[in-house]
Amino acid sequence: MNALLHGRLTGLLALGAVIAVLPAFLPNNFYLDIAILAGFNAVVCVGLNLLIGYAGQISLGHAGFFGIGAYASGVLVGVYGWPPILALLTGAVVVGLLAFLVAKPILRLKGHYLAMATLGIGIIVSIVLRTESGLTGGPDGMMVEPFKIFGFELYGEKVWYWVVGVLLIGVVWLSLNLIDSPMGRALRAVHGSEVAAEVVGVDTARFKVLVFVVSAVFASVAGSLFAHYAGLITPAKADFFKSIELVTMVVFGGMASTFGAVVGAVVLTLLPQALTVFQDYQQIVLGGILMATMVFMPKGLLPTLAALLPARRRA
Amino acid sequence: MFAELLQYMLSGLTIGAIYALAGLGFSIIYNASHVINFAQGEFIMIGGMASATLTASGVPLPLAILIGCGGAMLVGVLVAKFAVERARNASTVTLIIITIGASIFLRGVAELVWGKDFKRLDAFSGETPIQFLGASMQPQSLWVVGTAAVLIVAIGLFFNRTLTGKAILATSHNRLAAQLVGIDVKRVVLASFALSAALGAIGGAVVAPITFSYTEMGIMLGLKGFTAAVLGGLGHGPGAVAGGLIVGVAEALGAGYISSAYKDAVAFVIILAVLLFMPNGLFGKRGTERV
Repeated sequence: MNALLHGRLTGLLALGAVIAVLPAFLPNNFYLDIAILAGFNAVVCVGLNLLIGYAGQISLGHAGFFGIGAYASGVLVGVYGWPPILALLTGAVVVGLLAFLVAKPILRLKGHYLAMATLGIGIIVSIVLRTESGLTGGPDGMMVEPFKIFGFELYGEKVWYWVVGVLLIGVVWLSLNLIDSPMGRALRAVHGSEVAAEVVGVDTARFKVLVFVVSAVFASVAGSLFAHYAGLITPAKADFFKSIELVTMVVFGGMASTFGAVVGAVVLTLLPQALTVFQDYQQIVLGGILMATMVFMPKGLLPTLAALLPARRRA
Repeated sequence: MFAELLQYMLSGLTIGAIYALAGLGFSIIYNASHVINFAQGEFIMIGGMASATLTASGVPLPLAILIGCGGAMLVGVLVAKFAVERARNASTVTLIIITIGASIFLRGVAELVWGKDFKRLDAFSGETPIQFLGASMQPQSLWVVGTAAVLIVAIGLFFNRTLTGKAILATSHNRLAAQLVGIDVKRVVLASFALSAALGAIGGAVVAPITFSYTEMGIMLGLKGFTAAVLGGLGHGPGAVAGGLIVGVAEALGAGYISSAYKDAVAFVIILAVLLFMPNGLFGKRGTERV
C-alpha cells in the first residue's frame, strides 16, 4: 500500500496489472460495462484530484467540462460530419481555453471564488445543453456516432475496456509526473501555505491555473470518448449533481492521492450497482459519505488505510 | 411598454426578496465562521415543505410556519454542531464539501419524509391580482416583499442594538479577540446557523404559494442566494440584500426580454462577469490575509 502511494513506477505497474487481469474475472459484458464506466469516472477524478488535492481548490462544474467534451463529439461528428478524433481535440481545446480564461483572473483570489465560478459555468453549460435542442436534442439527449479512426471502428465492451484502461494509465502517469515535477512540489507548497510558497518565489497562481486547465481537459477527453462509447448522451451527464458526484469520488478516495482518486471512482461507481436500495436512498448515502469522510476521515479512504498499515506491521 | 417593464420589475423584486434573504443567510454564517453554507437552500425548502404539508393536515398557517422555522433552526444547529464545528480548523475546500454533503443529505431525508411531489400552499390573502399602474400583481408578492423587508430591518437592529448581535459581529471581526473578552464563539457559530436557518425557512414559507414546494426547490434558490451574497461582497449584509434584488430583477428582465429558457442562467452569467472584473463584489472590501 505504501509502495502504491510513494513509488511512482510500482503504483503504475500495480494499476496496469489490475487492469490487465480484471477482464478474466468479469463474467460478461454487463460487468465489463461497469468497469468501463468506473474507468471513465476515474480519468475525470484523477484530474479533479490534482485540483482539489494538490492546488487546494474545488471545482463544482467539472461535469460541465465533461459535457462540453461529450457534446462536442456528439454534435461535430453527428451533425457536421467531422472525424471523431478532430472533434475530440476541438472539444479539449475549447475546454482548455475556457478553463484558462476563467481561471487566470479568478485563481489569483483566495478560497471559494473558483467554487462559485465553476458552479456557474457548470450550470450555464447544462442549461445551454437542455435548451439548444436543435443541436443537442434537448433534455432527451442525442445519439452519438461510433468512434472511427484510420478506418477502424471502436465497437463493443471488449475493445472499449482496453481503450479506457490505456487512457487511465496514461492519465495517471501524466498526473504522477506532474506531482513529482518541480512544479508539483511547488503545488504542494501551495496547499501547505500559499503565502509561504509565494515568499520563496513560487508563482502559485500560475501553477493553479495550469492544474485547473489540465484537469478540465482530462474531463473533456473522457466526455468525448464516453459519448462515443455510450452512443447516447443526455444533459444530466453535465449537471450540478454529476459535478458533486465527481467531487465525492475524489474526496472519498483520498485528496492528494492519485490512486485514491481511482479507488474512489471505482467504489462509488460500483456502490449503486451493488446496492439496489441505493436507488431510494441515493442522496442520503451520497451526502452521508461526503460529510462522514470529511469529519472522520479527512484524508480519504486510501491514505487512511495506508497510514494504518505500517502501524500494524510494527505491532 | 412601461406596464410590461413594471410587470417584470415587480416579479423580479418578489423573487429577488427571497434571494436577498438567502444571501443574507450566507453572509451571516460566513461572518461568524468563514463557512460557505451550501445547505442554505435546504432551510428554504424545509420552511416551504413544512408549512405546505402542515397546513394541508389542518394546522393553522402561522403555527405551521413557526414549526417549519423551528425545525429548520434545529437542523441548522445540528449541521453546525456535528459537521462544521468538528472540522473547525479544516480548509475552505473541506468546509464547502461538508455543507454540500449536508445539503444533499437533507434533501434525501426530505424526500423520504415528504415524497417527491409538488405541494401546494394557498396564498395567504387570496389570489385576486392587484392592479398597479397597468401591471398586475399577486397579493402574495406583497407578503413576500413585506416579510423580507421586516426580516431585513429586524436583522439590522439585531446586529446593531442587541448584545448577542454585537457578539456575533465582534466574532466575525476577530475570533480570538472576541474569545478573549469573554464571548462564547462556539455559541456564536451555532446562533448564526440558527438565525440563517430561520431567515431561510420563513422565506421558503412565504414564497411557497408562488413557486409550489418540492424537495428540490432549495437548490436553485440557495445557489442564487449564494450569487447574491458574492455579488454584494461576501460577508457584507446590505450588499447581499442589494445583490439579491439585482439578481432577481435581472433574471425577470432576462426572462421577459431575452429568453425564458435562459432565466436560470442569468444569475450565473452576472456572477461570472463580476468575478472576472470586480472580484470583491459590488460592495465588498479588498481582502487581506494574515499569515
